[in-house]
Amino acid sequence: MSTTLTPRREPPKAGPDVSPRRLTERVFRVRESGILAVLVVFVAATAAAAPRFLDAQNIKFVLINTTVFALLALGETMVVISRNVDLSVGSVLGLSAYLSASLFGQVHGISIPLVFLVGLGIGLACGVANGLMVSLGRVPSLVVTLATLYIIRGIDILIIGGNEVVAQSLPGAFLNIPQDTIGGIPDVAIAVAVVIGAGAYYLRSFRSGRELYAIGSNPDGARLAGIAVGKRVFTAFAVSGALAGIAGVLWAAQYQTIDSTAGTGYELQVVSAVVVGGVAIFGGSGSAVGAALGALLLETIISALYVLGISPFWDQSIAGFLLLLAISLDRAISVRLVTALRLRSSRSAS
Amino acid sequence: MEPAHDAVAPAEPDRPAEPRPAAQAPSPGHNAAAGPAVLSLQHAAKAFGAVQAMADGTIELRAGEAHALLGENGAGKSTLVKILAGVYQLDSGTLLIDGQPATLASPAAARDAGIAVIYQEPTLFPDLSVAENIFMGRQPLRAGRRIDGKVMRADAAGLFTGLGVTLDPGRVCRGLSIADQQIVEIGKALSLNARVIVMDEPTAALSAAEVARLFEVVATLRAGGAAVLFISHRLEEVFEICQRVTVMRDGRHVMTSELDGLTGDDLVRAMVGRDMPVRTDAERRAPGGQVLTVEHLTREGVFTDVSFNVRAGEIVALAGLVGSGRSEVARAIFGIDKYDAGTVKVTGRDLRRASPTDAMAAGIGFVPEDRRQQGLVMDMSVQQNMALASLRRLGRRGLISGGAERKFATDWSLRLRIKYGKLTDPVSRLSGGNQQKVVLGKWLGRQPTLLIVDEPTRGIDIGTKAEVHRLLGQLAGDGVAILMISSELPEVLQVGDRILVMREGRLAAEFGHAEATEERIIAAATGQREGLAR
Repeated sequence: MSTTLTPRREPPKAGPDVSPRRLTERVFRVRESGILAVLVVFVAATAAAAPRFLDAQNIKFVLINTTVFALLALGETMVVISRNVDLSVGSVLGLSAYLSASLFGQVHGISIPLVFLVGLGIGLACGVANGLMVSLGRVPSLVVTLATLYIIRGIDILIIGGNEVVAQSLPGAFLNIPQDTIGGIPDVAIAVAVVIGAGAYYLRSFRSGRELYAIGSNPDGARLAGIAVGKRVFTAFAVSGALAGIAGVLWAAQYQTIDSTAGTGYELQVVSAVVVGGVAIFGGSGSAVGAALGALLLETIISALYVLGISPFWDQSIAGFLLLLAISLDRAISVRLVTALRLRSSRSAS
Repeated sequence: MEPAHDAVAPAEPDRPAEPRPAAQAPSPGHNAAAGPAVLSLQHAAKAFGAVQAMADGTIELRAGEAHALLGENGAGKSTLVKILAGVYQLDSGTLLIDGQPATLASPAAARDAGIAVIYQEPTLFPDLSVAENIFMGRQPLRAGRRIDGKVMRADAAGLFTGLGVTLDPGRVCRGLSIADQQIVEIGKALSLNARVIVMDEPTAALSAAEVARLFEVVATLRAGGAAVLFISHRLEEVFEICQRVTVMRDGRHVMTSELDGLTGDDLVRAMVGRDMPVRTDAERRAPGGQVLTVEHLTREGVFTDVSFNVRAGEIVALAGLVGSGRSEVARAIFGIDKYDAGTVKVTGRDLRRASPTDAMAAGIGFVPEDRRQQGLVMDMSVQQNMALASLRRLGRRGLISGGAERKFATDWSLRLRIKYGKLTDPVSRLSGGNQQKVVLGKWLGRQPTLLIVDEPTRGIDIGTKAEVHRLLGQLAGDGVAILMISSELPEVLQVGDRILVMREGRLAAEFGHAEATEERIIAAATGQREGLAR
């Protein structure tokens, strides 16, 4: 006899009366507004100690430095939301930076948009390779992209050897890309902000975007719900690669000297930015805007350390500390959220 | 958009009042007076390797009815559910949907055929909103193929209004009670125009108020013309909301009938109804001294004030419903789980709490309920698995001797008559019954003074079952104290010298094997009748 007889659970006492709709919205906004608040407080505190932190030149510098990371963070967000990770972005950026910049020396008078397209193509090819192995080969993305991190860097080193592309071989118009501003804000930063806005809107408002969240939230459930899991994950990796390719061209314009170490270690900084920006490392929640803000916060901190005269040797420790802080905060918020929602649902059930 | 239950296929909402003879398999001829048969499964069979999970699965669901499916554990209910869900494919038999032969090749195919399964604990997307969970992949769109969140939430709200429940479509699913998660699944079923809604033990984890709400929802679904297949072990619930019942036993259809005119006893008899040889008195010996003494064992919210003892050479069967706390008590005795109060003594020595090491040192062997997960390392060989609990004895200075291990495994496989290809084959290749014998051998190799076996014959064929029973009897004859947890009453009656019955975390009754009957045990386990409880 197998009759199930679980003791009936009575719902716990009702919590304070909070409109559930408002509650969830509020908590969702917390993830992004929280990091925004941290950013504002941090900037204010630094500016109070060293007013030149808010110089137009310094702001421009921080924004330009952020653009590359923000682009990488957008792609990484899509991948992480689907409960995967792309560790190859730094290597992809390096390969794209060198190959696209060296085009200026090889093909005389090549147009700048074409160079960007080439960069995009290189990144896309790498992303497609990652995506195929993860979705068709069913290999965990951590392993696949760890391997491609080394493979792509290896190819990069084989091609470049001891060479480097130097500023003299690059056209002035290309080098000026990071310098042009509108109202003190770099054009590039505006363009990247638009791209991120579009990415965030896609993730929020399109079926395929929402399906990435569903996949990350419950992969088996997603399969049962008839979502083309492999296809979606593949696309996320392809986009992440393509964005890393474009970021590589931007990187070349910004740093002007490209050797085989370009972008080394960026993957971990990007993952940090994404997590600091409120994207859950095990997928299912977070936004591209939050991730971009995470990238901005990391860059701001690095710049602040410089302005405050703190040794740059502290950069990495502080980035790590911030990461821990973000994860603890995220954990605390989600625990609270679950408790609040449980109270709420037990009330509506009775 | 209209609340979707309006969109469910139109059907006769009235259910047939005509009484039908009991113990009759459904056949097309009987449909005349009822709503049309939406789904009909006939003589379905399904085997997994050597285990015949279902030999004759027959059920017919009519539009607008709530149909109960009853049976003991292992009767084939979950196999039937998985067939309807498109998870398992039939080996033989026919499935008719709206009178047309159909195959459900995948969960998606089942969904497209209008079948929705609501599991005891639904699996939703915890990070997404209630409305998105319902409409994932089918979200309403506006210009530019963008999701129209407003319409989506309104549609979901419409579904809930139609069901007569309040649930905020905009909130995330994380933190929803199981009852609310089920409502989300039911909403999804409605939005998909499901005409057959299978509920697999939906009330097992619900509070009384939540059950009442679920029953109202079921009534609404029926009024909308859907057929509800309701699986529950609570007979009173079945009588409350169902019109017809199908009983299964040992993978076979036993009866289908109107519930009107039937009693709970009728159903229990149909579910049990089988004879097995009882262990003869000659085999039972006078038990020796107390080996296990459990006093006032309590774990908050799980079991309360459990006291009993097991003597040498005695088999004590611990019966009761799934969830009554039987396995939890066993786990606490063996030290897997903590307990809040009480003592456990083995041959007079107090055991430390939550220390399996101490329990093993005291001579307890534990054969867990789930042999695949807890009893065996599936990728390791037969030989390695058997030696696992005796490594210290088989090794010298920390190195395990392959020869000793092989000899140990050979000896025990002979004694237990384990059938295997090679001792080095992974244990996953063995049949369920032989796997169980490997687990038994693993513990017997330690020569335990007390053996705890949890569901020793679950999912193994009848022949091996008898062998396991014989083995337990032999061990008791050798003076081992045995505590056996079992959901199968025939097994409890056949093997147990003394029978303890648990209900809702407490010991509800104790019977000597002479006075125990299935009816008395069920009564004590469910608390249905007075007079038997201690």
